[in-house]
Amino acid sequence: MSEEKYLLEVEHLKQYFPIKEGFRTVPLKAVDDISFAIKPGETLGLVGESGCGKTTVGRTLLRLYQPTAGRIVFDGEVLFDSEKKIDVDMHPYRKQMQMVFQDPYSSLDPRMTVEDIIGEPLDVHKLYSSKGERRDKILSLMETVGLNAEHAMRYAHEFSGGQRQRIGIARALAVDPKFIVCDEPVSALDVSIQAQVVNMFEELQEKLGVAYLFIAHDLLVVHHISDRIAVMYLGHMMEIADADDLNNNPIHPYTLSLLSAVPIPDPNIARKSQRIILEGDVPSPLKMPSGCPFRTRCRYATEQCAKEMPPLTDRGNRHFVACWNK
Amino acid sequence: MENTEMKKSLLSAQVDLSKFSSANFEKATDEEKRQQDVMGESTTFFKDGMRRLRKNPLAMGSIVVLALIILIIIIAPHIVPYSYDQIISVNGVRDKGSANLGFFMYSDRELQYMRETGEDLFPHIFGTDSLGRDYFIRVIYGTRVSLSVGIIAAIMVVLIGIIYGSIAGYFGGKVDLIMMRIVDIIYSLPDMLIIILISVVLKENLAGKLAGTVFSKLGANMISMFIVFGLLYWVSMARLIRGQILTIKNNEYVLAARCIGTSNGKILRKHILPNCLSVIIITTALQIPSAIFTESYLAFLGLGVSEPLSSLGSLANDARAGMQSYPARLVIPAVIICLIVLALNLLGDGLRDAFDTKLD
Amino acid sequence: MVDSKYVLEVKDLHTSFFTDAGEVKAVNGITFNLEPGKTLGIVGESGSGKSVTAYSIMQILAQTGRITSGEVLYKGEDITKYSEREMQKFRGSKCSIIFQDPMTSLNPVFTVGYQLEEAIRLHTNKSKSEARERAIELLKLVGVNDPEKRLKQYPHEHSGGMRQRDMIAMALACEPDILIADEPTTALDVTIQAQILELMQDLQKKLGMAIIMVTHDLGVIASMCDEILVMYGGRVCERGTADDIFYSPAHEYTKGLLRSIPRTDNMNEKLVPIGGTPINLLNMPEGCAFCPRCDEAMKICLKEVPDELRISDSHLASCWMNVKKLYESKEA
Repeated sequence: MSEEKYLLEVEHLKQYFPIKEGFRTVPLKAVDDISFAIKPGETLGLVGESGCGKTTVGRTLLRLYQPTAGRIVFDGEVLFDSEKKIDVDMHPYRKQMQMVFQDPYSSLDPRMTVEDIIGEPLDVHKLYSSKGERRDKILSLMETVGLNAEHAMRYAHEFSGGQRQRIGIARALAVDPKFIVCDEPVSALDVSIQAQVVNMFEELQEKLGVAYLFIAHDLLVVHHISDRIAVMYLGHMMEIADADDLNNNPIHPYTLSLLSAVPIPDPNIARKSQRIILEGDVPSPLKMPSGCPFRTRCRYATEQCAKEMPPLTDRGNRHFVACWNK
Repeated sequence: MENTEMKKSLLSAQVDLSKFSSANFEKATDEEKRQQDVMGESTTFFKDGMRRLRKNPLAMGSIVVLALIILIIIIAPHIVPYSYDQIISVNGVRDKGSANLGFFMYSDRELQYMRETGEDLFPHIFGTDSLGRDYFIRVIYGTRVSLSVGIIAAIMVVLIGIIYGSIAGYFGGKVDLIMMRIVDIIYSLPDMLIIILISVVLKENLAGKLAGTVFSKLGANMISMFIVFGLLYWVSMARLIRGQILTIKNNEYVLAARCIGTSNGKILRKHILPNCLSVIIITTALQIPSAIFTESYLAFLGLGVSEPLSSLGSLANDARAGMQSYPARLVIPAVIICLIVLALNLLGDGLRDAFDTKLD
Repeated sequence: MVDSKYVLEVKDLHTSFFTDAGEVKAVNGITFNLEPGKTLGIVGESGSGKSVTAYSIMQILAQTGRITSGEVLYKGEDITKYSEREMQKFRGSKCSIIFQDPMTSLNPVFTVGYQLEEAIRLHTNKSKSEARERAIELLKLVGVNDPEKRLKQYPHEHSGGMRQRDMIAMALACEPDILIADEPTTALDVTIQAQILELMQDLQKKLGMAIIMVTHDLGVIASMCDEILVMYGGRVCERGTADDIFYSPAHEYTKGLLRSIPRTDNMNEKLVPIGGTPINLLNMPEGCAFCPRCDEAMKICLKEVPDELRISDSHLASCWMNVKKLYESKEA
């Protein structure tokens, strides 16, 4: 991996949360030893079931949480390194890394007008010299995300879910970032609106060259928007590969069952396809199985799986898999 | 092909095509489509809440009652020629016979004066008290004192509560833990005892220093009550605000503000507090009657404002002596306390119903 | 009891909510039939009236909601005329419903077993021990391992998937003829969703009940349903078999919907979204509810609500485009 090529590099990132259990404090290993990298203008899709730590990854990257260990390099600059004790002030980097949230209802302050919501990042980073310039910037941002400029003085709760998500995107774009974490940005939207927002993300990427970390649980949407896809399970990275490669040749047994579980909106395919039904539930992250966390539900599990977490190895064509048996 | 033919014949059996003309099937313009899809009128959170409040007859009635009371206590002293601390005098001479008059009654001296000069004296609407002071004006001043005590105390409580509660709630962790334990300790102190203790101490030490200021009019009891409100009564407010902030803090818009790089203080001021505002307004409205009650209660125990100033509670206390002969003097202040407290409570409930709803 | 081919017939059902801001016509003339042992899918986005339809059938609408007209026939009997007491008997024994959120559907202060036994004893005169046996049997049926132990646990000790199984067990306690599933898997993860869908299909084979599947997920609909009802703005756009809807849609909304979802065959193409914003039920257009967002909208769409036309034996649609095509072919 050459240093120049990547916009964001994450190495051995760990994020533990202390959980009180009676009088003891036990670590909840939300993210445990994750590494990945994103090129400028690329989209990395991050999929997994609820509680697998995908949202935590996004928030830790933006330093909404203090990482437990690991190394984060953004645009050639080390933002965090637990070994070298580097921990820079994030304020200037907030202009380059932004986030779009899942819930278009709770992610916008109900007491603020659209103009103030989009204007807030401009105020914080002092990105204008006059009131007029601020307003022009806000209006042009609203136009970029397909909102009617007449609505600038309206309150967020007057808009529908899709429009609110556009406001959230405009807020993220206000600082002209190079990288946006999209935390399930379409899951809360209606089917007919999802496509509008997905298309907008794609168009913005073409126009502005931003890179995305696109977190979602809907595999079809992730496949559609992503260049590469990473699959997480209980805080661990299971597989990471190019989007088409991952869909056509999934290697990890978890990815396989995840893909087969997706209901395909096509009756003929749905009738023919055989779902690989996973037995049981995801274990609690507080009672993580030893070794590979997936082994309790995996039909290929062997003794070795219980002993040691398999390393993420390249199976050719930048297709990385963490599995002893496949 | 056959299939489509079949479909067509099936369809044409159901549709009478002669009803239609090609104009029906022209494409609609974007303009026409947009007309169908208009956004509702812009409403702010407050407009929306006020709309709901206006539909609540109890709350609106309370507002009318409160407005009337406030109007009367502002205007009445300018019209009524008597003052709360003066015994009625006719022609500059104290009228000894004017004590304990009934509603709209005049004393003998006053009747005589009116007969002699042909001039009409202002009636004693509620009569006079045992010292010969006009009772109506005393009630007006009593209401003034009670209401202002209530409002000032409520504002004190709310201000301290907001600052304390928001710091504890927003920063959380150890800060919260320590601050909330202090609250628990304060909760366990007996408030009445402290009011009495402080007022005794103040009376002895401050009486001289206060002479001539506004405070001397209110008396040591009132000051100690304010001090106790400031020291003790804000705790429930602080708890409430803290709880609100803990919920609001978890909203994604707070996270979004942190993502943008907004500072903590600004997040508190711009995002969190405005969203607690409805709760703050509602509890303030409910805090006022509780302060009025406390004051009345203390006054009734003889710990209220100093004579000759009156509050509704002290009026009721004074009336206790002549309760058998002059029950109206007890009933009037009692009814006014009830009216104010009931109206504020109903208004508070109305405000809660109107503003404390989830935005959808 | 009148004999009927259908276990449930809904005829021109209207349901409104009477709110501060005025009457909200959530369901605006819905007609469909349900055959025994079949699965009917109701698909639509939020505000389409799909859940309200389900709640109207069960008559469990919120305070402000009311069925304003129409009939719901259960085996030929109009249940909208039932008294509340008769409805209570009907619910659970003839027709059951499971909800989206298995986390809030169970009461946290009682054990799962207690709640399940209560549900059984409500509609049968079984003794406590018989009810317990039946509860164990039911949990086995819905694939819960070690049911004796699970019955003694409280809802919070069960995972989301297991709670949805508990709910299904409870719904099936009296072997109803109809199971209404209101977004049963929306709150669940994909792998758990697959488990639950598989379970529902198995149970249908075993018990022969009819299922009404209310969802917004076209994938779930495609894999589960025999017949599909597409709803928009409180009206039915189109109804037909799964093949009719997915392979020859006859309503512009359905067509748009199918174009806008990512499928296996359009991964590297741009999606074609439906423009505009979802409908505001307080402000319904005069004509077709979908016309403000429809690319093909015509003058007539603005003015008149289209009639439901039979496209084929199994397929009905309400779209002026079908009339337009017919008109043009006659003109030509």
